[in-house]
Amino acid sequence: MATGSNMPLLLLAILAKVGVVLLVLLTTIAYAVWLERKVVARIQSRWGPYLVGPHGLLQPVADALKIFFKEDIVPTEVDRVVYCLAPFLAFSLALLSISVIPFGESVTIGGATIHFQITDLNVGLLFVFAVTSLGVYGVALAGWSSNSKYSLLGGLRSSAQMISYELSLGLGVVGVVMLAGSLSLREIVEHQSGLWNVFVQPVGFLIYFTAAVAETNRVPFDLPEGESELVGGFHTEYSSFKFAMFFMAEYANIVTVSCLATLLFFGGWLGPVFGPPLLRALLPVFWFCLKVFCFLFLYIWIRGTLPRFRYDQLMAFGWKFLLPLGLLNVLVTSLVLAWRST
Amino acid sequence: MAPLFYIFAVLAILAALSVVLQRTPVYSALSLIVVLCSLAVVYLLLGAEFLAVIQVIIYAGAIMVLFVLVIMLLNARQETPSDRSRLARWLGAPLLLVFLGELLFAVWERFPAATTRAAALPDAGPRAVGALLFRSYVLPFEVTSILILVAVLGAVVLAKKRL
Repeated sequence: MATGSNMPLLLLAILAKVGVVLLVLLTTIAYAVWLERKVVARIQSRWGPYLVGPHGLLQPVADALKIFFKEDIVPTEVDRVVYCLAPFLAFSLALLSISVIPFGESVTIGGATIHFQITDLNVGLLFVFAVTSLGVYGVALAGWSSNSKYSLLGGLRSSAQMISYELSLGLGVVGVVMLAGSLSLREIVEHQSGLWNVFVQPVGFLIYFTAAVAETNRVPFDLPEGESELVGGFHTEYSSFKFAMFFMAEYANIVTVSCLATLLFFGGWLGPVFGPPLLRALLPVFWFCLKVFCFLFLYIWIRGTLPRFRYDQLMAFGWKFLLPLGLLNVLVTSLVLAWRST
Repeated sequence: MAPLFYIFAVLAILAALSVVLQRTPVYSALSLIVVLCSLAVVYLLLGAEFLAVIQVIIYAGAIMVLFVLVIMLLNARQETPSDRSRLARWLGAPLLLVFLGELLFAVWERFPAATTRAAALPDAGPRAVGALLFRSYVLPFEVTSILILVAVLGAVVLAKKRL
């Protein structure tokens, strides 16, 4: 707890940190979209965005400006309050989970300790899951309030899918939590200093990653927006900035689950550290960002490669394969841990 | 911490009132979510992080999602006020006041302001809660899970007549 005299300074430091993290996150989201268009274009033998800036690097800026100035169409039959609330809910919840993600080791420069994390909650992992579980509301309410059959069906599909795969998502990481004996993301990373969890919990990682792809509604689990059946899914009736918020929320969620995968299974910021003090302080952050980037690339790669599931396949896969596998993984992990401790 | 507590306590009460007063079922459900989340913040302020997060995951993230989905599927738009119960209209408010007064009186009697102090927090982390659940209260815990299993089976049987 801070004493009275440096309270404003502390508050300012926290605000600055929140600002920086948000800025980085929003830029990442913008350029994840650019990267996706570029990589998918390469996979499909096209060039992708090329005209705005070198290699289309200014395309996100152009897109953002365009989306700001588009006409905001609100259909007459919508439930106005909920219709406006839903995109804000989706977007703010997607940004909220980044607050407990640690980006690097704490470093001390000139007597001041800098934590590369907004707040270190001792139940950080559960906090992320809590925020993710609330994310269903953005989708469900958007579908309902639009008062359109495509939106409602898309919203229902989406929520059913998110609820189903949330269970597997949670079960996938139970093994990691048991190994580390903690729910704090920082401690889970520190526990991996010898060996990354992905080598100890390969099944857990596969379950987590599959469920995470489904949870973020991405290919091959992007049924909520199956355009040939549902027009655009839950955001069919949204336009302009409200649509952009759903779009950004989706990418923010992708960044979050990639960060979480890095932290839980790939040792977070751990990596070779060498050189002068400044480099020594910044290298962990670099390793973390590199690993997250690899995951983002993997996401895009999967999107460019795989076809979409059928809805009954999706549900059967989630409930009849992924969930039992997750339970089995928990059972085996706990048995091994119990056997080792005796 | 005190201002934060009052903000979220007032928010919880206002949202709770809104649960009762709203005419559209979805709004009531949404208000209930606000109540649950404000309660989670109060837990957080008390230092019970685990409890706060579990509150959000289970109540706001799971149970209320079910409520909202059911309301959406039933397509319950607006509640039509029924003017049948005249008794409730005349007796409701006074009875409510009597009940609230009684409650306040009981609380004041039991915890006079002068003697109330923040108690030393017992450990409310996942380890402590888990130890309680799986050692001291393992029988009620298992009975509850069997009860839930029976409920799930019942729901499946009711929903799918022909299996």
